[in-house]
Amino acid sequence: MANTQPDLKLAAASEGVVLPPKPPGRLYRMWDSDIFYSWRRSPVTIIASIVVLVIVGAAILAPWIAPYNPFNPASLNLMDGFTPPFSESRMGNYYLLGTDNQGRDVFSTILYGSRVSLFVGFSATVFAMVIGISLGLVAGYQGGTADAVIMRVADVQLSFPAILIALLIFGIARGVIPPSQQEGMAVYVLIIAIGLANWAQFARTVRGATMVERQKDYVSAARIMGVHPIVILARHVLPNVTGPVLVIATIGLALAIIEEATLSFLGVGVPPTQPSLGTLIRIGQQYLFSGEWWILLFPAVTLVLLALSVNLLGDWLRDALNPRLR
Amino acid sequence: MTAFVIRRLLQSIIVMLAVSLVAFVVFRYVGDPIESMVGQDMRLADREAMRDRLGLNDPFYVQFATFVGNAVQGNFGISYRLQEPVTRLIMERLPATIELAVASALIALIFGVFFGVYTALKPKSPITATVMTLSLAGVSLPTFLIGIGLIYIFAVELGWLPSFGRGTTVMVGGWRTGLLTESGLRSLILPAITLSLFQLTLIMRLVRAEMLEVLRADYIRFARARGLTDRAINFGHALKNTLVPVITITGLQLGSVIAFAIVTETVFQWPGVGSLFIQSVQVVDVPVMAAYLMFIAFVFVVINLIVDILYYTVDPRLRVGTGKR
Amino acid sequence: MRKLLLTASMLAIAASALPASAETLRWARGADALTLDPHSQNEGTTHTFAHHIYETLVDRDTEGTLTPRLATEWALKDGDDTTWVFTLREGVTFHDGAEFTAEDVVFSLDRARSERSNMRQLHADVESVTAVDDYTVEVKMNGPSPLYPNNLTNTFMMDKTWSEENDVVEVQDYAGGEDNYAVRNTNGTGPYKLVSREVGVRSVLEVNADHWGDAPAVTEIIYTPIADPATRIAALLSGEVDFVQDVPVQDIGRLSETDGISVTNGPENRIIYFGYKMSEEPLTSSDVTDVNPISNPLVREAMALAVDRDAIKEVVMRGNSLPAGVAMPPFVNGWTEELDAYPAPDIERARELMAEAGYENGFTITLDTPNNRYVNDEAISQAVVGMLGQIGIRATLASRPVAQHSPLITSGETEFYLLGWGVPTFDSAYIFNDLIHTKEGNYGAYNPSGYSNTELDEKIQSLGTQTDLEARDATIAEIWAQVQEDRVLLPIHNQLLSYAMQSKFNVEVHPENQPSMADVTISE
Repeated sequence: MANTQPDLKLAAASEGVVLPPKPPGRLYRMWDSDIFYSWRRSPVTIIASIVVLVIVGAAILAPWIAPYNPFNPASLNLMDGFTPPFSESRMGNYYLLGTDNQGRDVFSTILYGSRVSLFVGFSATVFAMVIGISLGLVAGYQGGTADAVIMRVADVQLSFPAILIALLIFGIARGVIPPSQQEGMAVYVLIIAIGLANWAQFARTVRGATMVERQKDYVSAARIMGVHPIVILARHVLPNVTGPVLVIATIGLALAIIEEATLSFLGVGVPPTQPSLGTLIRIGQQYLFSGEWWILLFPAVTLVLLALSVNLLGDWLRDALNPRLR
Repeated sequence: MTAFVIRRLLQSIIVMLAVSLVAFVVFRYVGDPIESMVGQDMRLADREAMRDRLGLNDPFYVQFATFVGNAVQGNFGISYRLQEPVTRLIMERLPATIELAVASALIALIFGVFFGVYTALKPKSPITATVMTLSLAGVSLPTFLIGIGLIYIFAVELGWLPSFGRGTTVMVGGWRTGLLTESGLRSLILPAITLSLFQLTLIMRLVRAEMLEVLRADYIRFARARGLTDRAINFGHALKNTLVPVITITGLQLGSVIAFAIVTETVFQWPGVGSLFIQSVQVVDVPVMAAYLMFIAFVFVVINLIVDILYYTVDPRLRVGTGKR
Repeated sequence: MRKLLLTASMLAIAASALPASAETLRWARGADALTLDPHSQNEGTTHTFAHHIYETLVDRDTEGTLTPRLATEWALKDGDDTTWVFTLREGVTFHDGAEFTAEDVVFSLDRARSERSNMRQLHADVESVTAVDDYTVEVKMNGPSPLYPNNLTNTFMMDKTWSEENDVVEVQDYAGGEDNYAVRNTNGTGPYKLVSREVGVRSVLEVNADHWGDAPAVTEIIYTPIADPATRIAALLSGEVDFVQDVPVQDIGRLSETDGISVTNGPENRIIYFGYKMSEEPLTSSDVTDVNPISNPLVREAMALAVDRDAIKEVVMRGNSLPAGVAMPPFVNGWTEELDAYPAPDIERARELMAEAGYENGFTITLDTPNNRYVNDEAISQAVVGMLGQIGIRATLASRPVAQHSPLITSGETEFYLLGWGVPTFDSAYIFNDLIHTKEGNYGAYNPSGYSNTELDEKIQSLGTQTDLEARDATIAEIWAQVQEDRVLLPIHNQLLSYAMQSKFNVEVHPENQPSMADVTISE
């Protein structure tokens, strides 16, 4: 991306066309926008973006770049367990960041674990976003009873810490799903649990914005013209809330990743044979005092870096989208 | 006014009923309470008899009605695990949780306001950038990890502070407090810091945002034009106007702090209601879990009601609309 | 004269309050006693705590043999093999000063047998209890019960008068929402008296100067439950507690190397094993849908050969286990070295057996494991998933807290599971009754395998009334031979227990994990 600008200028110059510089390419316009201006001006944000890109990229490419497949139990060698980083194991294998209590390569487990954490985080956030936006639009546009009911539920929802709600939903799922299917469903239950625990923020924001938009003349006009409410909502209201929703979604993603980790730490997350970052921390935490620090440290650092970077991006986005702060 | 309060009260009751239903339904599915009450020797026939005695074989609605009926009278039954009245268990442990919650809220409020004001007044300072980034670490680190880290550094490696519990406690009129002894105060430090970090970040960012907003307001500009000192403007006007939403949010957050204390209390073995809850979840102690959930809901409903009524009295604009805002 | 009296009584107070020197032991473990009512719960942590305040008729020493406590002698009545006679210790008093006599024993055994008591399983065969004189009690059984005294090691003696005065004649009806004085208050004969108790937080005990036994070295006990293992260890390292009973195996190494802290080890009377469905109906968690692959003996043999017990011991348990070839701890009557021999892992042979059975491509199955009950339970299961993976059995691990895990076993829903089994009677019959016998009536509560062998069931039932101990042992051996041949259970190891403490204390490991602080020695 950094090369786009000179290239464009160069191209323009070589064609001999001088000012007016019109029409700069879409990429250039994006680059030159206020948002990217503030992005370029903030080294912290640039670093955060790089960290997120690296972790997400590594997670997606895990099956191709990880030296081992820790999710295949048959490939593990228990006797290689507890190998320290940067050293050779009892069985003569080399593991970059050492191995955990099951002889799994910590580096590979982190790659695969980030995959699980990000998958759960993204899906849960999207799930929460869909529910929250839909209910928020309905509440804000309809008003009256629908509004009162939805917002009261949202209030109750917000009063309970997400962890508690997720625990409850996990409990229900355990009762409904037959025991032999539970492990396979665990990831999806987790997504639903975290998603349902986080929709209220979206609903509140969208409702507020919708109520404001609804009062505006152009919406009234559209309504009088008989435009279907769904079209009004989608065409006129939704675009106005993209900014705040994006900010909430970014911070929500970081929150979802941490919630997944906490649930896994409390022992109600994904199965230990297919660990997420949180499960890895739960396992590693047992070995903190016994000197096997690497089992805890590397996954913990990855989790913190990921959550921190996503939060930093959300933070920057909020400031960048708030015209009064520019 | 009366109509408004009554409507709010009715809504609150519905909320409580809904929560009790959810609590009740869920806990029926969390596991088998019989398992945690009997040894490995218990015969199957005896298990059935026990199930009958506990009313676990009654129809669903009968069990729920019994539950609500008793709950209204403040009776949540006897803990399956500890065999004590649940209400007594919760009351005994409540002081510990409240002291922890209040201490952490105070830490969060004091440091949150301080850093919030500072970062708002000096947005370009390198300290602001550092504080803003570091504060994000506070919300990016899972609570349990912070707790374990603090124990490792301050209790094990340095040996400065206790690693668990409340230290020596004193009974003052039925309230068991750890605030009057040195060991009690020392025990409070690490868990209170752990619990406060999340709130601290929240308050700091809130204060900063509100301050930035307020500093742009016309009356501040006029104040400046009138030649008031920066000090008078910043603290006399801007901060004062910022504090209303801040205190509201902090009040509303107190309920969630009590709930968030679950993880903190578990890591530090703090004898509060949160650790009681998580232990109960593990052994499926249904009466305790249900009572805890109801308790949290109650705290929230009460705080919310107070806030609503306050808003109503303070802000006349609300008297025409329905809810707040 | 008055002055003299005063001095004398002051001396007496001083003597009773401070025997020799005052020593406080701060004791931490993962959980608190569930209740102080001695007959309400049959649970290890509760009993361990109760043993300090209350006492039993007979006790078991660290080797596992029965020793006298409140009863000095016990024997079958001459010419009547259905009645046990207990001779009581004389001169024993309760903490409130009342004398301990036969009527207290009758009262306590009746209370322990009452409907709401959780101890009544152990006394199911008792017909009646009578006091012959102040210090002799007869227990009449329904039939010959040669091993009944083994069931008495956790049945505590209460004072009849005190119980009547405080309305605790009945065991608490907590299901009925009743509160009960005995849950929080005690009056035992034991070496310690209860001073204060905050449930789940801290209990303080002080030495009972009037106890009949030798004066303990520890004069005050402060008992603090600390649920989180890391916090527990941190508290020991920072000197806030003196004795940690539940030490995670991974911390043993560091703790033994730490100055001022010592660690003791010893075997626990508990076997860790895997069980599976053996009947032919197809499994719901498997991709083999026509038949249960594990019903094939070849597959069970292959599974036994795939498991590397030594690797589990070495890595998962850090050396703290006794690998086992039979599902029975060495303490138990019926154990032999031959039975306990276990095969060396042989993956090649196991794969051949799988192929022979027609499963060269393996099959899938769900393995249910608890994750908070036994030492590293989840990690053991995880390791076994890996080992079975090498012979093509692709197991999904379902990990749950024990409160959710156990019901799967008693309800028969699980198809492959890990379980630990303690044997409080130190006799094989206890294992057969619940794990081997067909699931019916009072038998087979923890046998979800579908294994049912009528001939074997008859033999198991005969053990309950067989009085010729030699013939009985022969029957036990026959049953074990059949169980081993059919591979009904896949044993892994016996747990070793580790206690960690500040070096000046010495607490020996108890095979049932019920150490007594009265036996602790102190070195300066």
